[in-house]
Amino acid sequence: MTKKADNDIIEVHDVTVTYNKKPVLWGIDLHLPKGALIGVIGPNGAGKSTLIKSIMGLVPLSSGAVKLFNQPLEKVRKKVSYVPQRESVDWDFPASALDVVLMGRFGKLGLFKRPRKADKEVAMNSLRKVGMEGFAHRQISQLSGGQQQRVFLARALAQEAELYFMDEPFAGVDAATEKAIIALLREMSDKGKTVVVVHHDLQTAQSYFDWVVLLNMRLIASGPIEETFKPELLQQTYGGKLTLLAEVGELLQKEEFPSREKDNE
Amino acid sequence: MNAFWIILTGSLVAVTCGLLGCYLILRKMAMVGDAISHAVLPGIVLAFLFTGSRDSVPMLIGAGAIGVFTTFLIEFFHRRGGLQTDASIGVTFTWLFALGIILISVFAGKVDLDQDCVLYGEIAYVPIDLWITKSGFIMGPQAVYILSLVFILVLSFILFGYKELYLTTFDPAFAAAIGISTSLWHYMLMGAVSLTTVASFESVGAILVVALLIANPATAYLLTENFKKMLSLSALLGVFTSILGYFLATLIDGSIAGAMSTVAGIFFLLAFLFSPKEGVIYKSFLKRSNIKLAKTQMVKNEK
Repeated sequence: MTKKADNDIIEVHDVTVTYNKKPVLWGIDLHLPKGALIGVIGPNGAGKSTLIKSIMGLVPLSSGAVKLFNQPLEKVRKKVSYVPQRESVDWDFPASALDVVLMGRFGKLGLFKRPRKADKEVAMNSLRKVGMEGFAHRQISQLSGGQQQRVFLARALAQEAELYFMDEPFAGVDAATEKAIIALLREMSDKGKTVVVVHHDLQTAQSYFDWVVLLNMRLIASGPIEETFKPELLQQTYGGKLTLLAEVGELLQKEEFPSREKDNE
Repeated sequence: MNAFWIILTGSLVAVTCGLLGCYLILRKMAMVGDAISHAVLPGIVLAFLFTGSRDSVPMLIGAGAIGVFTTFLIEFFHRRGGLQTDASIGVTFTWLFALGIILISVFAGKVDLDQDCVLYGEIAYVPIDLWITKSGFIMGPQAVYILSLVFILVLSFILFGYKELYLTTFDPAFAAAIGISTSLWHYMLMGAVSLTTVASFESVGAILVVALLIANPATAYLLTENFKKMLSLSALLGVFTSILGYFLATLIDGSIAGAMSTVAGIFFLLAFLFSPKEGVIYKSFLKRSNIKLAKTQMVKNEK
């Protein structure tokens, strides 16, 4: 079931991505609406991260094309923000939280130009929005997982983009931070920004997103949550993995909260 | 005067290497520096053979090109062959270095270059190799001019490309997402490392240049959490390495380059033991005082 959005801002056309000649994504066709909070959901290895990486031009496409704002990525880069997985960087890097958030301004600055006072203000404001202004000058290795994720989020905010792609922003984050982040994302989408989030927690998905992309190498479904978050579609997404299938059924019936990494704030 | 020229040459090498080394260790590419310093050998020999002179400029270009080619090969074997990075480094540079050695031995008659010099360098000869203008005016050692040029190039590369180098080092995926070409900056950095290595190899040799590329930045890394401070500290350590190394060498009447690298090693050891951030001794002291504090706290609570 794939529903075409009327006011689409992301257009993915028949995208296939292969890694070592093995397909990771197969013939993905997507139209995603402006101003929505969109969840990309699927089991491990379903190609969720690869999907947003291919939209951001970070992995080569074997076939297909992507258009954002009805244009190729190159022309609209400044309007697009990307939040990589937290584990993708070395947090022992000699940098402060503010240093990292300032990187969000680099795209607007262009070559050779240094961040000015105005950029620092934007960065500080972004830190304030995620409740991290008190940690601006803290070295990033001294931050907890949740705080590091918030720094990444602040960097994305500092980009002042229209469209946000976030790769697992809730991985290794405590429950309080997750709530704060989702509230922020909700606020952004209320202001007309489009936010695409890779997510693998089925039980929270329903309350977080208003549009869902179900993915397992192929596109299973894409549409408003009330039309896509159905047992048969979820089973199709998680199908083949029997234990998971049982879990999905269980989850749909009762609410159950998994243990999370403790925050050492 | 000789002491001055030697220390100046040593400082130029150590500072330039130290600045680039900061990027290498943060990119987890320390051993790429090692690889480049060895792999440039065939480039140097080929440049000799083609130009028939020990003129530095073609040498720099030839070896610099081979250096970048080395990093390209490393990436290629890693990406395409699915080989681990360290294995890929090991295969690439030993092979190129071997090629260089064969070239030297085959063209031994034509090439005024011996393995010892390539491996260990001889900074003590720097003041002898003077740049004398046509009118007979002595401008000072050639090496100083070449190293100064390389130093200025590297410094302006880092100053102008600071933000791009910083970002591509910390978070390449994000850099690519905002349209900064990570491979362009990667190869420019590798080009700078090759250039520096080649320019330095005459003075300190292919092996010890690695010490200057890695040891001082590693020391600086232990001492600070701020990248700008890490760069300047690494440069400063480079100057001290050169000065103290020279005096150590005169004291023991030994190899200057060897003494310089030894000093760099001692700096690292000191930082490792006493650094306020990562120092082993400081950490154990902190742990002990924390335990003591916790114990007194517990005693208090019991009361």
